[in-house]
Amino acid sequence: MTFSSIDTWWWPYLFILIAGWLATDSWRFLGVYLGGRLSEKSDLLVLVRCVATALVAAVIANLIVFPAGPLAETTIRLRVFSAAIGFAAFLWFGKNVLVGIVVTEVVLLSGMVLATYS
Amino acid sequence: MPDVNDSASAASSPPTAQECLLWYLRGCRAVISIPAVILASSFVGFAALAVEAGFTMAQTVFMTAVIWALPAKVVLIGAVLAGNGLAAAAFAVALSSVRLAPMVVVLVPELRGPRTRNWVLYVLSHFVAVTSWVIALENVRNVPRDLRTSWYAGVGSSLIMLNMVVVAVVFMIADDLPPIISAALFMLTPIYFLTSLWASARERAGHIAMVLGLIMGPLFHLVIPDFSLLATGMAGGGLAYLHHRLSGRGGTT
Repeated sequence: MTFSSIDTWWWPYLFILIAGWLATDSWRFLGVYLGGRLSEKSDLLVLVRCVATALVAAVIANLIVFPAGPLAETTIRLRVFSAAIGFAAFLWFGKNVLVGIVVTEVVLLSGMVLATYS
Repeated sequence: MPDVNDSASAASSPPTAQECLLWYLRGCRAVISIPAVILASSFVGFAALAVEAGFTMAQTVFMTAVIWALPAKVVLIGAVLAGNGLAAAAFAVALSSVRLAPMVVVLVPELRGPRTRNWVLYVLSHFVAVTSWVIALENVRNVPRDLRTSWYAGVGSSLIMLNMVVVAVVFMIADDLPPIISAALFMLTPIYFLTSLWASARERAGHIAMVLGLIMGPLFHLVIPDFSLLATGMAGGGLAYLHHRLSGRGGTT
């Protein structure tokens, strides 16, 4: 059963509730249940954090390497280059997230403008 | 900051409704911050992604309210775009949201007061995602313990509502945006996660897991597209954890 397999107005909402709400809030509820029972320093939590971090990092990389929509019109070199420069700026300015975002976007936009008018 | 309010409030009477409202509103005010501006801009990027994937405005606003965590929503849209079934989509979203559990574990002892009922914590846990969590951990110590749940309700609910409005506005103007601007919007989500994830890593193993995930994600996507996220999480996270163990936990920074 996919997102578009049942042609009613409510199916997408049910899909979002099961695949989205249930799949996220279960973890939050588990967190409340475990809160205080698990030490923040426990090794199990380190492993959970590592797996979750690698997984979200994979999502990030796939959004840059295999993008959807208008971003797919740009070259992979430009996307990786802008992200790398933005990330370097983020580190350089004391892990300032806003700086990282602005620099990435400026490099990406400049690259797209250059590609259009050259 | 010293936890000055703890001992004082433990002995006092329960907070009045007026105090709760006051601290709820102070929670709303705490949302006016740089992380919230960044989050709103990455929600602009997310909404652009949802438009492209063929979601309606109502579905996307609904998704914002019930899922809230941005990586989970991006993964759900990715699963729908890939034509995955309900079970596969739920599995992928659940995997991307494992991190919410330890985040809640960290926050609950900070929010819980002597009179806090459990159901309040369960309701409030829905608001947990990177940004509200960061805002809460930074500021919660300045809130009297009895009123922390009211305050966090203000932080969480105002942040969700703000971004539901952001999503709706993007849907209204998306068709009029030049392609170059849309492309730039799509870059917001990955770069926001890239930087905020790095900044929020608690130990060196987190950074290792992230670098491995960035490299292995696209590679696994080419080889085993259906299980790439799971495989990357297990392999990259497992290796990073191994490093953590072998380095004698000296990597904790």
